[in-house]
Amino acid sequence: MSRIHVTTTINGDATEFLCDAEATLLDVLRDELGLTGTKEGCGTGDCGACSVTVDGRLVCSCLMLGAEAEGREITTIEGMADGERLHPLQKKFIEMAALQCGICTPGILVAAKSLLERNPDPSEEEVRYWLAGNLCRCTGYDKIIRAVMETAADMRRAS
Amino acid sequence: MRFEAPRDVEEAVKVLAGQQGAHVLAGGTDLLVKLRSEMIEPELVIDIKRIAGMRDITAEEGGWRIGAAVCGAELGEHEGLRADWPGVVEAAGLIGSTQVQGRATLAGNLCNASPAADSVPAMVAAGAVARIVGPQGTRDLPVLDVPQGPGRTALERGEFIASIWLPPRGERAGDAYLRFIPRTEMDIAVVGCAVSLSLDEAGRVSGARVALGAVGPKVILVEAAAEALKHRALDAGALDDLAAACSKAATPIDDKRGTVAFRKHVAGVLARRAAGIAEARAKGETA
Repeated sequence: MSRIHVTTTINGDATEFLCDAEATLLDVLRDELGLTGTKEGCGTGDCGACSVTVDGRLVCSCLMLGAEAEGREITTIEGMADGERLHPLQKKFIEMAALQCGICTPGILVAAKSLLERNPDPSEEEVRYWLAGNLCRCTGYDKIIRAVMETAADMRRAS
Repeated sequence: MRFEAPRDVEEAVKVLAGQQGAHVLAGGTDLLVKLRSEMIEPELVIDIKRIAGMRDITAEEGGWRIGAAVCGAELGEHEGLRADWPGVVEAAGLIGSTQVQGRATLAGNLCNASPAADSVPAMVAAGAVARIVGPQGTRDLPVLDVPQGPGRTALERGEFIASIWLPPRGERAGDAYLRFIPRTEMDIAVVGCAVSLSLDEAGRVSGARVALGAVGPKVILVEAAAEALKHRALDAGALDDLAAACSKAATPIDDKRGTVAFRKHVAGVLARRAAGIAEARAKGETA
């Protein structure tokens, strides 16, 4: 079976890859492109560890075929920092220790960034609902939610 | 497995009809899970998102035509749709997480044919019609008649749903959907209930459609509930009759998430509450 040739944009860079029809976008990112910041948790769209954005829309990369990426714009956790300069959410997560084992963290950062782009001033309830599809088994969520709220406040002050 | 992304309906129908066991991919939030767990092993997956119109919401004959690949988040962001059919939009919005909302579709929720599908009772209450394309051409089928049982639909080989049409809303009308789940988010309905109603100038119910989900092998349109409300103000007596009709019409099973008695009771409770919300919306009191 011949592999599918896909032309897409990942973190702003024009990218081409070959994939099997069965391969998910998550498989492609990790195994073909070496972008291993995107994690596989459940593989069934429940945990959010594989969160990326596609044309600006937050999705689980485990629930999308690699072949569907043709012509789309994908953003992963690798596109979040500007070189060595961390995104305010990344800085705040470190500062407030909003992570423990870290496997859910890339997905949560991608999801939180997507929220703040749409809503720079979310209520705690809005943050909790937005992140309901990102499971964390270590932290109990509290530090994560507080870090997102504080980042939002910092970014509002800075703008 | 092969993957095709046809550019028009005719080509999609041709490849779908030409391959036994081919599956249609729109949002993929059910299909990918089945693929990964090897519940299905199709020779061919056909992505319909590249077909013109599949991702569009367009005004049509006073109502709205929603392409089969329009995701839940897009429904929630569409002001006209939210104003006319808030119950359908909120029902679709209950499906899964933010990430799932970025992909999951009304047509997919319908075709997955889960008895607990949240958007289906809301679409049935709204009187939604599915536009089905296939080798014999195009046909329109009420959403009510699409599910035939758990995992089974009325679609024939080579057919797929191209869009869902929601009828004109009309004056003094509103809809609402409520479900019971034991959590606050990210769960599957134990009972779901949608109510769509219109009021006359005196505030009495001039027409109603009430639909239940998760209390039978497929969605139930409760005609007795609609009859119970007709030409009446939504007072305590009317709401009691509505609740009784819904409890009676529910045919649930016992399982770990709820007993028959509990589900029948909750069907009535949700109908009462959903009717209250629909009435407030019809009067323009809430969004």
